[in-house]
Amino acid sequence: MSLLNRSYSVLPGFRLGFGISLAWLGLIVLLPLAMMIVATSRMGWPAFLGTVLDERVLASLRLSFVAAAIAAAINAVFGLLLAWVLVRYRLFGKRFIDAMVDLPFALPTSVAGIALTTLYAPNGLVGQYLAPLGIKVAYTPLGIVVALTFIGLPFVVRTVQPVLQELERELEEAASCLGANRWQTVRRVIFPTVLPALITGTTLAFARATGEYGSVIFIAGNIPLVSEIAPLIIVSKLDQYDQNGATAVAVVMLLISFALLLLINSLQWWSARRNGAQR
Amino acid sequence: MSDSYSATAEARWVRWSLCGVALAFVFLFLLIPLLSVFQQALSHGVGLYLAALTEPDARAAIGLTVRSAAIAVPLNLVFGIAAAWAIARFEFRGKTLLTTLIDLPFSVSPVVAGLMFVLLFGVNSPVGAFLAAHGMKVIFAEPGIVLATVFVTFPFVARELIPLMQSQGADEEQAALVLGASGWKSFVRVTLPNVKWGLLYGVILCNARAMGEFGAVSVVSGHIRGETNTIPLHVEILYNEYNFVGAFACASILALLALLTLVIKSLIEWRQAREQNQASGRVQLARVRRAGEHA
Amino acid sequence: MSIEIQNIRKQFGDFVALDDVNLTVNDGELLALLGPSGCGKTTLLRIIAGLERPDGGQVLFGGEDATHRHVAERKVGFVFQHYALFRHMTVFDNVAFGLTVKPRRTRPSPEAIRERVMELLRLVQLEWLADAYPPQLSGGQRQRIALARSLAVEPRVLLLDEPFGALDARVRKDLRRWLRELHDEIHLTSVFVTHDQEEALEVSDRVVVMDHGHIEQVGRPDEIYENPASPFVTQFLGDVNLFHGRVERGLFRVGDFAHPLAGHDDSDQALAYVRPHDLDVSMSAAQALAQGRIEHIHAVGPVVRLELRQDDGSVIDVALSKERYRELGLTPGDTAFVRPKKLSVFNGDASDYVI
Repeated sequence: MSLLNRSYSVLPGFRLGFGISLAWLGLIVLLPLAMMIVATSRMGWPAFLGTVLDERVLASLRLSFVAAAIAAAINAVFGLLLAWVLVRYRLFGKRFIDAMVDLPFALPTSVAGIALTTLYAPNGLVGQYLAPLGIKVAYTPLGIVVALTFIGLPFVVRTVQPVLQELERELEEAASCLGANRWQTVRRVIFPTVLPALITGTTLAFARATGEYGSVIFIAGNIPLVSEIAPLIIVSKLDQYDQNGATAVAVVMLLISFALLLLINSLQWWSARRNGAQR
Repeated sequence: MSDSYSATAEARWVRWSLCGVALAFVFLFLLIPLLSVFQQALSHGVGLYLAALTEPDARAAIGLTVRSAAIAVPLNLVFGIAAAWAIARFEFRGKTLLTTLIDLPFSVSPVVAGLMFVLLFGVNSPVGAFLAAHGMKVIFAEPGIVLATVFVTFPFVARELIPLMQSQGADEEQAALVLGASGWKSFVRVTLPNVKWGLLYGVILCNARAMGEFGAVSVVSGHIRGETNTIPLHVEILYNEYNFVGAFACASILALLALLTLVIKSLIEWRQAREQNQASGRVQLARVRRAGEHA
Repeated sequence: MSIEIQNIRKQFGDFVALDDVNLTVNDGELLALLGPSGCGKTTLLRIIAGLERPDGGQVLFGGEDATHRHVAERKVGFVFQHYALFRHMTVFDNVAFGLTVKPRRTRPSPEAIRERVMELLRLVQLEWLADAYPPQLSGGQRQRIALARSLAVEPRVLLLDEPFGALDARVRKDLRRWLRELHDEIHLTSVFVTHDQEEALEVSDRVVVMDHGHIEQVGRPDEIYENPASPFVTQFLGDVNLFHGRVERGLFRVGDFAHPLAGHDDSDQALAYVRPHDLDVSMSAAQALAQGRIEHIHAVGPVVRLELRQDDGSVIDVALSKERYRELGLTPGDTAFVRPKKLSVFNGDASDYVI
């Protein structure tokens, strides 16, 4: 294990633990990923670009990312609010609400998909009140945003919540003693402290939303150029035995999600460094 | 609610409106969708509901879902423990890279994950052709479903354990070794009891996702009724056939599973918080005692 | 600005933190609130600041009722034990915070703010750290920045909650002296909370000793040290030996020993408290307060500490000067006799405080 430059430890089992991890990682994650790279490289640039630059594909990519961005923005606002209420206020049924926040993690996406579709359809429980106002949710891009908001909510709440919990009261008291009113304290002391976590949570929600499939396909209506998301393009290309086409779209999505992953990691590194060396 | 005079609280109307908005959001976006699943499933009576759950295709879907989760979860459990042991207990080059790679499946679209396995084991690939020649089918068959499930649930256990074990440190294991325990003994008697709640937490999240995965499984399954349909896929088929009672009946099983997951998760968190409080209480008591002795 | 505290009461659930407390802080003085943890000193400080609302009573600033004023309007400087610096802001921005949150009408211009902040940083001798972030500073530096920040708004009073509590012993000592000098320079009415009697006695103009939500004694450090008003104060201010005796016709008696007292009623149960350095040792039994076998001699430093074991098993601590120790030529195992140069006597049963 000299290659890994491992520092000395009395604990046994490094080789075993590391070996199992690497083998399993290789088999389940790296091998399929490598296969994808091989498949892409065999495709050649013209075929790749031909697929990716197709109008329908571009529209679906645009839709996936724009809808994900809107949903992430909504979640940033309401997730922060929900985390604040859960941490700061005494509220009837708080434990229940706190547990419910994780519902989108626990509820299978297809279940969420059909439930939201039924609710927001023009004759649905919620949709019937929106239809007279001229707001159509199901089978439109708006429906996609609704589904992606549902999926992303826990990411923001669960990253912001612990930071709010650990926020020292003394900081707010100090600001108050210095003459700041409550709004100034929230804006200038609390918000900047929470911001790194908020950005991380929002980016996580965004990343998850871009690749989301199960909850979206039911509510989207899947109209080409209007409400067809990128993962659906991959599936329909596969259904038409167009593996290369599917791979090309998948590669674009993968590259974007890797970029996001990199962004999240550097954000975390940045905020760790910024807040490093604390008492 | 806390004293309105306090230096660190908002005005009463601000608090009430924030609470109101938050509650409305939870109600509209989380609670109503969940309740509507059960409402729809039971909308035509309990008889139809039970009939939808006991028809052969539904039973086959339930069986397949339980089977694939029963394979995928233990595999990822072993992996998760191994990875957490290596990462949380040792310093080595490439540790950050390994951690990042473990998180990777979270940032890959489930559909893309399914596609990767189609590319690897499909008829067009050398591996797939080789397996087909020996009469083994991966894609559009159970092995493919299990593989896709393993992929999407890959990080859950490791992710839960790594930070937990890092924060606990290796002191206790080292103490066990010094006291003469073997590496294995110290692992079973010291490490595992210390992380048992985190472990359980990871396992139930892993299980919930394994049973509920849709996108990745959808791509590799082939949707053969009664054979390669998991419950989520079965829900989709029934829904697309306008068999709403059947779709929501199957969905209600998954929703119950989700509720059960949330209940267990809350119980674990509640327990952990209690243990932590007791521990910090003890520490505080000890501190007070020590201060008393010094004075 | 003087502070008057009138009949302040504060309860947390069943726990009475402050029970009818009255106190006046004179304009320009540095006052220490001293007491064990849970005695109510921090609660009192927080009530003065407006961070806590009293259940009853009034707080007057310069004769004017401030009890119901919000913290933000009281113009108090508050320094927290754990500094409470804003870690996402530079040192400069931390100090400038109080000025930048002022309403536009009264807010100084950016240049004026800059000048004021740099002046304060010079005052705390840390101007070279203006662009650093709090996590990059040492504990002592952070506390000085916290002080500069609280002074920026030109507070009417300065309140410090265990300001040196989180610091190393050495830094603590330096900072203590520095705070005293700073106070002599700016003469701002200041109240600081501490559980360290040495700190309170060394730094402050007056000390308030508190216990169980009551004020036990108020006075100059030397007054309090020389004439403690209660057994609690005596014990809290430092090591002390306890002797049981009785008071008869103005004399405190233990066996042969008699010491004249002023204004004490006769009592069968009286307690005498004697500090280790107020005891003298000799080899003769005449007029001795007590006797014991020398168990340990710690002869490091200018003061020699002896431990005498009495017949009943209790220990007497004695501190002698090195000269006196040499003169006596003591060795472990000797039986020695102690005589007090000074003692404090209280009537009552043996209410031995555990601190």
